Amino acid sequence: MKEIRIHARAGQGAITTAALLGSVYFLKGMYPYAFPHFGAARMGAPMNAFVRVDSKPVRLRSQIYEPDYVIVVDATLMRGFNCFSGLRDNGVAIVNQKEGMEMPKLKPRQKAFVVPANDIAMKTIGRPLGNTALLGAYAAATGEIEMEDLFKAIKERFQGKAEQGNIDAARQGFEFVKNQSKEKR
Amino acid sequence: MKEFLEGSRAIAEIVKRCRPGVISAYPITPQTHIVEDLAQFVADGALKCEFVNVESEHSAASVVLGGVAAGVRSYTATSSQGLFYMMEVLFNIAGMRLPLVLTCANRAISAPINIWNDQQDSISLRDSGWVQMYAEDIQEASDFHMLAYKLTEDASIMLPVMVCMDGFILTHGIETVDMPRQEEVDKFLPPYRPLYKLDTADPVSMGILADPDYYMETRFAIQETMKKVLEKIPVLTQDFSKAFGRAYNGLVEGYRIDDAEKVIVALGSVCGTIKEVVDELRSKGKKVGLLKITTFRPFPAQKVQEALKDIPKVAVLDRALSLGSYAPVAAEVKAAFFGKKKGPKVISSFIAGLGGRDITKDSIREVFSLLTAKEVSCEFIDLKPELLKEKYE
Repeated sequence: MKEIRIHARAGQGAITTAALLGSVYFLKGMYPYAFPHFGAARMGAPMNAFVRVDSKPVRLRSQIYEPDYVIVVDATLMRGFNCFSGLRDNGVAIVNQKEGMEMPKLKPRQKAFVVPANDIAMKTIGRPLGNTALLGAYAAATGEIEMEDLFKAIKERFQGKAEQGNIDAARQGFEFVKNQSKEKR
Repeated sequence: MKEFLEGSRAIAEIVKRCRPGVISAYPITPQTHIVEDLAQFVADGALKCEFVNVESEHSAASVVLGGVAAGVRSYTATSSQGLFYMMEVLFNIAGMRLPLVLTCANRAISAPINIWNDQQDSISLRDSGWVQMYAEDIQEASDFHMLAYKLTEDASIMLPVMVCMDGFILTHGIETVDMPRQEEVDKFLPPYRPLYKLDTADPVSMGILADPDYYMETRFAIQETMKKVLEKIPVLTQDFSKAFGRAYNGLVEGYRIDDAEKVIVALGSVCGTIKEVVDELRSKGKKVGLLKITTFRPFPAQKVQEALKDIPKVAVLDRALSLGSYAPVAAEVKAAFFGKKKGPKVISSFIAGLGGRDITKDSIREVFSLLTAKEVSCEFIDLKPELLKEKYE
C-alpha cells in the first residue's frame, strides 16, 4: 500500500490532482481511493487531498498521517505548518516552487524536489495551476507511474486546449525532475 | 464495467439507471454533487425525468411525495439539517405507504454547525417508518439503490428506503466501482407498477384523517411490514447476486467472528477501517472480529443474536448519540440480548467520529483495548481533554 498526501488551498485543484493520480493507478489495474479533507469550507482555506492505493481494494478510511509521498501545491502553507509531518523515512516530497519559501530539514533517506510548477503552468496552460506539472514531477521522482498513463488520465479529464496544455505541463514537470536528477549525478 | 468514480457520481449514475420520473432536491453539503450530476443528466437529455427545483428540503420531500403518489418512481437526496427539515414529510411518506428512495449523505447536526461526517442525521430518523441501509463502500452504496427500489416497490412492503452513506468519506471519495449496464438494471428493476395512485379518472384520497377508531391499525400495519422487510431483504440480495454477481447479506455481515473473543459492532464506512485492524490483530494471534450492521431499520435483532451469542465481549461503536441515554446502536444490541440465555458477558458502548473527528486505526485499537471485563457505556474515543478544560470568561 502506498499513501500520498496533497497539501493545497481550497480552489487550487488538489481534488483534481488526487483524482488524476487515482485514475493513473486505476489504469495500472490497481485499487486507488482518492479523497479530500476540507478545513473551513471556503476558497483559500488550507485543505488536504489524499490517495491511498493498493493491489486490492482499500478499506482503510482514515486520513493519511504517515505518507510515502507528499505533494505541496502551495508552498505558503509551509509557513508555520509542517507539510512533511509523518513523511516516511524514505519518503519523497514534490513542492511547487514559491519565492522566499523555506524547505524543512530532511531525514537522510528522504528526498524533496522543488518544481517551478506554476511557471510551467503559466507557459502551457496560461493559468497558475501547477497540478499536472507536479504530477509529471511525481512520475519522475517516484517512478510509481508511467507518463503514458498520466497522459491518458489527462485526456479523459480535459478537452481541447486544456488537454494539450496539461499534457505539456505534465511532460515539462517530468523533464524538470529528470534533468535535475541527472545534474546531481 | 469497472470505473474509477466519485461516490456521488456513482449514486447519480445508478439513480439514472433506475429511471426515476421525478427528482426533487435542495443542495446541501455533502449531498450536493449527487443532485448536481442528476440535474445535469436531465438537462442533457440523458435522463428523461422531471427535475423540480425547490426552495427547501421540505418542498423537495413534498414534491417527491406527490410524484410517487401519482404513480411515478421518484428520488431525492439530502443530509443533516436538510433531512431534519424533511422530517414531517418523511413520516407522511411512510404513513401513506409510498415507495420512495432517498440517499442520506451522512453529516453531523448543528449546533455548532459542522459539515463533516457522523450519523446523527439518519439515526435520529430511525422511528420514521423508513427502512435504513448503511453502506460500507461506494460499491455497496451504489448497489443498495437498486435493492432499495426493488424493496420499496414490492407490493408486500410499500415502505420508503433511506440509503445512508458517510458524507465526504464515501460521497467525495473516489474508488473503483463496478457499474451495471442499463439493460442489466432494467432486467432487475422493471418499471414501477403502482397498486394505487392519484388519478383524476379514478380518484382516491391519500393521507386523510384517521381518527382514534382507525389510526392505530395503520401503525400496527407498518410494524408488521417491518418484520416482512427482514425476510424480504435476504431474498432480494440473492436475486441481486444472481443478476450482478455481488453477494450481500443485506442485514448483517460477520467478519472473522467465528472464534472471536472480542467483536466490534458498527455501521457504515468505518467497518472498512475496523476490518484492517481486525486483520492486523489476527496476524498477532488476537481473536477479534467485526459485525457490520447493514440494515438498521428494521433492526435485525435475531441475526445479531445469532452472530454474537457465543462472543464473550462485544463493543458497539456509535457515530451518533441519544443524548442523555445509551448510544443508539448500543441500546439495540443490548436489548437484543436481554433475557436471553446465551449472549456476550460484556456489551460495552463507544462513541467515535462525531462531526468528522477522524477514526484512525489507533482509534479502533483503543476500542479493542478498552473492551475488558469491565463494561463501559458511551465511552468517548479520541476526546481532547484540553478542550474540555476551556472556560467561558
